[in-house]
Amino acid sequence: MNALQIIFLVVAAVTLASAGFVAGARRTMHAALWLVLTLLGVAILLATLQAGFFAVVQVLVYIGAIAILILFAVMLTRGLTEEQGAVHHRWWWLAALAAGGVFAVALVILNRWPGFQVLLEELPREAEAMTDWGLALVDPMRYLIPFEVASVLLLAAMVAAIYLAMSRPGGQS
Amino acid sequence: MIPLGWYLIFAAALFAVGLFTALTRKNAIGILIGVEMMLNAVIVNLLAFWHYWVQQAGVPQLDGLTFAAIVFVVAAAETSVGLALIISAYRRLHTAVANDMDLLKG
Repeated sequence: MNALQIIFLVVAAVTLASAGFVAGARRTMHAALWLVLTLLGVAILLATLQAGFFAVVQVLVYIGAIAILILFAVMLTRGLTEEQGAVHHRWWWLAALAAGGVFAVALVILNRWPGFQVLLEELPREAEAMTDWGLALVDPMRYLIPFEVASVLLLAAMVAAIYLAMSRPGGQS
Repeated sequence: MIPLGWYLIFAAALFAVGLFTALTRKNAIGILIGVEMMLNAVIVNLLAFWHYWVQQAGVPQLDGLTFAAIVFVVAAAETSVGLALIISAYRRLHTAVANDMDLLKG
């Protein structure tokens, strides 16, 4: 067992533990704060996969934008009902059964695949070909259409979010 | 030198916890948090398979990176619209509990 494997195991254990706290936290605010730790752990795991760009994007987009957005939404919607009563509904054991079933089925299927034991070796530095990727994203023969669709989706989401959250003067909302 | 299987087991476990969170939380924001965790597990899986495929093919591959980027974009769009919906519903119904949001009309 080498250093990288120890780092992986420690980070994965911390990430899964904080994910468990997200699932079990009594307050939504605490769940959102544990989510930040989970996302940071995933960012470290992406770095161990040598996907450095996505590790940075994970920190910027998930921790920097999405987690902050969730924290703001929690603060804006603190109802009187939130802190009282159970945070999980009474059929939670059924959901636990479903989640455990998904995990078990995934493990069984993955175990039958021979690539499961493959060691991920260190890639050469140019494996994460960022310049090629940037050019491929605007190349009509490669990923231009997905790239444009993603842009339009983001624009539509931005317009929809502003429209939905806007308070109209005179109206009820 | 980490086995590919470790990443896949980790992603499956994170997905299962996220699924449990999304299914059991009463608060609508809690449900969104669970969805975020599931999307993160998917991203770990995609990039683990990207690494595996680069290693097998021996040359840089861009398909996995593009796929992961699209998942990031969809996650960002989904969260922003979802939270705007929850805030809008909260303003009308004064609750963020998904079970109490039972009106289709504002």
